[in-house]
Amino acid sequence: MAVTKDTPVREDLLRIEGLSKVFDESVRAVDDVSLRVAKGEIFALLGSSGCGKSTLLRMLAGFEAPTAGKIYLAGKDITNLPPYQRPINMMFQSYALFPHLNVWDNVAFGLRRDGMPKGDVAERVESMLKLVQLTKFAKRKPHQLSGGQQQRVALARSLAKRPQLLLLDEPLGALDKKLRESTQLELVNIIEEVGVTCVLVTHDQEEAMTMASRIAVMSEGSFKQVGSPSEIYETPNSRLVADFVGNVNIFDGQVVEDEADHVTVSCPECMHYVGHGITGTQGMAVGVALRPEKIQLLREQPQGPHNWCEGTIEDIAYFGAYTTYHLKLKTGMVLKVQQANLSRHNVQDPTWGDKVYAEWSADSMVVLTH
Amino acid sequence: MKNLFGRSWLIAVYTFLYIPIVTLVVYSFNASPLVTVWSEFTFKWYAALAHDTELTGGLVLSLKVALMSGLMSVFFGTFTAFALVRYRKFRGRTFLASMANAPLVMPDVIVGLSLLLMLVTVQRWFGFPERGIFTILLGHALTGTAYAAVVVMSRLREFDTRMEEAAMDLGCKPWQVFTLVTLPLIAPALISAFLLTFTLSFDDVVLAAFLSGPGSTTLPLVIFSRARLGLNPSINAIATAIITVVSIAVIASSIYQARAERRRQREMAEAYAQAN
Repeated sequence: MAVTKDTPVREDLLRIEGLSKVFDESVRAVDDVSLRVAKGEIFALLGSSGCGKSTLLRMLAGFEAPTAGKIYLAGKDITNLPPYQRPINMMFQSYALFPHLNVWDNVAFGLRRDGMPKGDVAERVESMLKLVQLTKFAKRKPHQLSGGQQQRVALARSLAKRPQLLLLDEPLGALDKKLRESTQLELVNIIEEVGVTCVLVTHDQEEAMTMASRIAVMSEGSFKQVGSPSEIYETPNSRLVADFVGNVNIFDGQVVEDEADHVTVSCPECMHYVGHGITGTQGMAVGVALRPEKIQLLREQPQGPHNWCEGTIEDIAYFGAYTTYHLKLKTGMVLKVQQANLSRHNVQDPTWGDKVYAEWSADSMVVLTH
Repeated sequence: MKNLFGRSWLIAVYTFLYIPIVTLVVYSFNASPLVTVWSEFTFKWYAALAHDTELTGGLVLSLKVALMSGLMSVFFGTFTAFALVRYRKFRGRTFLASMANAPLVMPDVIVGLSLLLMLVTVQRWFGFPERGIFTILLGHALTGTAYAAVVVMSRLREFDTRMEEAAMDLGCKPWQVFTLVTLPLIAPALISAFLLTFTLSFDDVVLAAFLSGPGSTTLPLVIFSRARLGLNPSINAIATAIITVVSIAVIASSIYQARAERRRQREMAEAYAQAN
């Protein structure tokens, strides 16, 4: 399966063509990346640290000069513009608020550099502070604010100049878990209210999935897959993407039957009957990806030759809303199974050492050809 | 028992440190011209200060030199620090780094002597510079630059460069980044570098002894030369005056800092209370 090429209906605001960045003449931090981001879209670059996502963001902001490639914003080549001439603003990781200026002056900073008349500056700053609900904190210095408030000041500061493109570098990385969830939606609401196009960088897949309309999974400097959150999760195109986004079980096997509407894959653990065709050939070695929440645990042996296997419960992790079971199969493979806890204290629930059967349906798997 | 030992040790150290200063202050009010014999209380040495042109002239010269060399040191020291911290790779970086630190470890006598030899040669060839305030300033700025560079460097190393990127992102040209963001943020380091180099210059005897000329005698030089001829209580008087000024400044600044810290704590507590 090729990298999913998304063709946005709306006009492109940002266009990146063959962008590369090489450090110290050998380290390819970003390797020939091309991308289109539509106007009004929230786009996430998702990857572990060192995958090149931050370098890509810094090239968009103008802090790093690309080794090769072009960046177009609204059709204009901005590849060689310095950061202070780009209609792009960035919300920095841990915010980089100016500690010697109060909230009001932090937000007004960019407007003043543009030589905006005093009255207009005041009006804009007031409306920005109102947007992020910090009007009564205008005279505070950054260190007199809580983490969540600082994050909102940083957002107001980066939106004040009405940039065409907003860059967010790990926008919620500095907040604790509880605050993060509420801030995620608040942030998206504000961005959508303003209507600004947004590229965000994160290593947190949940953050990318809840905030972005499209995600690019990055690894070793290039995009492995680009698509909507559900596409990335439900139809990953490679082991790397399947493994990085969410939990997954991957069976190694061989294609024994290759039809237009289904394939059968033979694995040491079991036979898989997959309800979709693949671009491959009979006898090809493939991986079958199966998400833990798409598996049912049964006490009795299922009927039929496909899509079930037998195992012993080795480990149980209780998460409240659901429980993850580690099922040890005969081959030694450990199958992760997630069961929703639909009722309280169910005596039927399997326990350590129980011999159980795992079953799944034909359309819950994805065949990974690489 | 342990407590008692600790306390007496503390008292002993403080006594050792401050008895000489206390004696000096007390004897500045002694009517007898003999420094070791107490006769009666007087202000006459303070009154005499006003007419002692050598002392007051020395004080004014010392202040001038200290002020100017302080400013020069901070100026050059800041540039040195930027070159060493911000520009990681350039030819001669290691050389510059060790050269910048050399005056810190070099004995003042050596620096003074070598400067004197150089200046004498230069003067013989070019008829310039005459030894005086300029040459003292040169010596003090030389060592001061090294000290200032060290102070500013430590601040620059912990400086979050994202502040500067944020400024540039918001539309600052490079020089505006420096004046609007970098400079205000490193200002505390520049002030402490200035105070340090000012003080170093103000109480320097060694370099000044090598580099001063006729008619350019700094206060430490005046005191030093008089001490050799036998102490005069007016020295005690001027020393007491300086001690008073310094003490007031130190006390005022610590009160100010303590207040600022308390205010900061209170405001932070308020901010968190409102956030939750």
